[in-house]
Amino acid sequence: MFDKMHIKMNVNGEDHEFLAEPRDLLIYALREKLNITGPHVGCDTSHCGACTVTVDGKSVKSCTMFVAQANGAEITTVEGIGQPDALHVLQESFREHHGLQCGFCTPGMITRATKLLEENANPTEEEVRFGMAGNICRCTGYQNIVKSILAAASELNSAKEAAQ
Amino acid sequence: MIPAAFDYYRPKDVEGVIALLQEHGDDARVMAGGHSLIPMMKLRMAEVPHLIDLQDIAALKGITIDGDTITIGAMVTQHELINHDGLSAAAPILSEAALQIADPQVRYMGTVGGNIANGDPGNDMPGLMQCLDAQIELLGPEGTRKVAAREYYEAAYMTDREDDEVLISVRFAAPTGGYSYEKQKRKIGDYATAAAAVQITKAEGRVATASIAMTNLSDVPVWSEDAGDALVGTTCDAEAMKAAVAAMLGDIDPTEDNRGPVAFKRHVAGIILTRAITRAWDRA
Ligand SMILES: Cc1cc2nc3c(=O)[nH]c(=O)nc-3n(C[C@H](O)[C@H](O)[C@H](O)COP(=O)(O)OP(=O)(O)OC[C@H]3O[C@@H](n4cnc5c(N)ncnc54)[C@H](O)[C@@H]3O)c2cc1C
Ligand code: FES
Ligand code: FES
Repeated sequence: MFDKMHIKMNVNGEDHEFLAEPRDLLIYALREKLNITGPHVGCDTSHCGACTVTVDGKSVKSCTMFVAQANGAEITTVEGIGQPDALHVLQESFREHHGLQCGFCTPGMITRATKLLEENANPTEEEVRFGMAGNICRCTGYQNIVKSILAAASELNSAKEAAQ
Repeated sequence: MIPAAFDYYRPKDVEGVIALLQEHGDDARVMAGGHSLIPMMKLRMAEVPHLIDLQDIAALKGITIDGDTITIGAMVTQHELINHDGLSAAAPILSEAALQIADPQVRYMGTVGGNIANGDPGNDMPGLMQCLDAQIELLGPEGTRKVAAREYYEAAYMTDREDDEVLISVRFAAPTGGYSYEKQKRKIGDYATAAAAVQITKAEGRVATASIAMTNLSDVPVWSEDAGDALVGTTCDAEAMKAAVAAMLGDIDPTEDNRGPVAFKRHVAGIILTRAITRAWDRA
């Protein structure tokens, strides 16, 4: 009984296979088995969004998903969004507009914001606030996070226009 | 927080689910989005030795609008409800309500079926389904049966569903007239202090029909027939709304908790219902 499961998943474009107990939460599998420590554990109770990753195109709080549910899934964490020497537009924008202070919430913010802009390339301020409502920040007061995302959206849109 | 260990199953069809439920009885439980169940398992308030994940069952997915009958599969997520064009036109109260549930991440995972089956008085879909007079379709070893949402809830976490039955879908007639889902909560992601689902139709300047259901103001959702009746035939003026609120207050039975004392909840319930009726009537 309660045998370990053979889990396969693609994280940030790379295939992984490992053994895990079905009850292991996705966040711990990512952090402790795969050493992908971008997603953070803030609350462990599905409230703060620091653990947000993208699972098959959905923004998911990975503290509230069993690794067994994500078996076979395609997952993106903040590590798959930009690189230290080649930041994603959103990451650059967070830096530029002081969208972070301690940075603990930032991986979840960036991951969620990427998905938000994918679904709504031209959000209003209110839509950004509503779309980011599952992510809590204890430092910034949100003002600069919203500013960062709006600025990134307009930059991404101008880049798109220029490309056309 | 680590839940107790379990065996995990991901069957491809409902028959497979029923077979597992029969085999393991009380020790087995289905999981939809897991956004009510997993937190309970992490707190060890629920222990599930055999966990049956419904994510691969195609028959539980999908929204169909057939004439004026709307059917929503149990595994349709709140995110899908909000983004379905046909549904937003045919029954706009659904997306209005779903947008007030939790936050974007939770709405990608939380399902209509899980929200209705859960039996938590704080869930928003049960009251909404009572307002719409939905039929809940259940499948068990003996086949399918339908139960009216208005008869489905027995007590907190106790519903008419047997342990070996799976909730398949909900079905209701596309509502007509004006609608509103109003919810008072302490912050985004919170359950309701009070919420009201209202559908109103109008004929010759007067209320022709009215359906009113309240959330998180008793251990079950409350469809208040008397509150609806208080509006019928009126011009939905201040006096009629007062009568509807008084009738509703006779049907709810809130308890004191971290959302406030009973008197406060009754006060909020009255305000929320008045707002909901006003908006539904404006839209009728
Ligand atoms: C931070 C947070 C805030 C939330 N806020 C709200 C809110 O404001 N309003 C609200 O309504 N909800 C809220 N929720 C709950 C959320 O909407 C849940 O996802 C939903 O209630 C349950 O759906 P689920 O698919 O996640 O079900 P699960 O958690 O998978 O299941 C819930 C229960 O229903 C049973 N079940 C599920 N599907 C079926 C089926 N097809 N047949 C039989 N039984 C079934 C399960 O066995 C379990 O007992 C919140 C959740 C979180 C984490
Ligand atoms: S750690 Fe997952 S939501 Fe806070
Ligand atoms: S920057 Fe510190 S929590 Fe957001």
